Amino acid sequence: MIHVENLVKTFGEVTAVNGVSFDVHAGEIFAFLGPNGAGKTTTIQMLTTLVRPDSGQIAIDGLDPKVQPHDVRRRFGIVFQDPSLDSELTAYENMELHGVLYHVPRRTRHERIERLLTIFELWERRDAYVKTFSGGMRRRLEIARGLLHTPRILFLDEPTLGLDPQSRNQLWTQVKHLNESEGVTVFLTTHYMDEADRVAHRIAIIDHGRIVAQGSSAELKAQTNTDSLEAAFLALTGSTIRDERADAADQMRQMVKMWRGR
Amino acid sequence: MSAIYILWLRELKRYSRSRAQVVASLGQPLLYLLVLGFGLGPVFQKAGKGSYLQFVAPGVIGMSVLFTSIFSGIGLLWDRQFGFLKETLVAPVPRLQIMVGRTLGGASVAMIQGLLILVVCVIAGFRPWSVMQLPVGVAVMALIAIVFSALGTAIGSTLQNMQGFQLVMNFLVMPIFFLSGALFPLDGLPPALSVVTRLDPLTYGIDGLRGTLIGLTHFGLATDVGVLAVVATAFLGLGAYSFSKIQV
Repeated sequence: MIHVENLVKTFGEVTAVNGVSFDVHAGEIFAFLGPNGAGKTTTIQMLTTLVRPDSGQIAIDGLDPKVQPHDVRRRFGIVFQDPSLDSELTAYENMELHGVLYHVPRRTRHERIERLLTIFELWERRDAYVKTFSGGMRRRLEIARGLLHTPRILFLDEPTLGLDPQSRNQLWTQVKHLNESEGVTVFLTTHYMDEADRVAHRIAIIDHGRIVAQGSSAELKAQTNTDSLEAAFLALTGSTIRDERADAADQMRQMVKMWRGR
Repeated sequence: MSAIYILWLRELKRYSRSRAQVVASLGQPLLYLLVLGFGLGPVFQKAGKGSYLQFVAPGVIGMSVLFTSIFSGIGLLWDRQFGFLKETLVAPVPRLQIMVGRTLGGASVAMIQGLLILVVCVIAGFRPWSVMQLPVGVAVMALIAIVFSALGTAIGSTLQNMQGFQLVMNFLVMPIFFLSGALFPLDGLPPALSVVTRLDPLTYGIDGLRGTLIGLTHFGLATDVGVLAVVATAFLGLGAYSFSKIQV
């Protein structure tokens, strides 16, 4: 379903993704794990046509995002790391806007919105403004929205960031349910190892822009001689803390960028 | 086409739901209209130019169309900040349609705002000289709205964050307003100022509004509409280009 070979992306002097290769099979839940700044989000951005790779091959359901970006976009749904709802619109209006942008025919649009909002327990609140929603409700709405156009693949970039354990539990239950009932392939990133352990069929671990290990949770534990995924993760990526941000020179560049454009 | 429609509708929905802001946004034009209209009225009268309220009302209408349309374009920055922009950028829709939908939405909102101010002006004592010319005046408003929504979209696509906003306000929007002849007549200006006012697209918008609302024009309505149409085309092109270059 997703085929990636030797993917490379550099920003200035920083190589964010450095020769990454992996395959995700149809119907699978695939977890993509790594410390901050390891290259997870950049990889997702390249898979979802938002960033162009410097080199390497990508095939999404057999299509190349560089050549057929619109066809690729129709085949996946995405929940970004940070929110992307319009909070001045209602839940239903957010869904409807998405449906129109993704060419979901009017007849099926309403049914599908009702079904998804019901699954994610938001149907009762469909006419409430999104600005009145809790963090967990917003996330559920985003996932429901990402699934509206019946994509083959769902990308979830740290969907449970900042949610309480109840919301996280509910969210993963619903994602697993949709994976089983609709056969949608799920590609997720998370910092919570227990979540990856619970839902993912296979896991890849990325560090410093390279894949350091991949396999099922059991295989990773066996490979590192550890008894939890968290311990395996630390054994593979080390226990030093990564800083993502930003020295004075970075901020200068930001200012320049602001006025000169990219 | 449906993408253009739904994004246009979004702008109108957001506008109609922010009633407090709508009322607040009437405040500044009202201040200009009443304080300047009645405050400078006697001086203007003595200079033999007639009623200043009549003169300044089209300027105040143009001002509110300018502000509303340019800020709705810059609203892109908010969409970037709150993330909604990404939702539209990964959609399987050409960027041009997204840009056009947003820009027309912003322009429509600015026109509604301009009409509201026109009503307020009439309540304050302003009298359009000819009812027949009113629709033409509304068309001029539409042109002004499109020119500056497109410019706002271009700026909103280029700025990366909110800090640039103040700069745009002080070094672009305010000069456009003050140099447009919204508050003073264009004849008998010092040569340098006269040249600068001719470079400001809003000058032609205000002049067109005066021509249609009070029957007083400096350049002639045909010139005004021609210049506005050319600038609108150029800014739409610029907006579309900048929007197509946005990276998340």
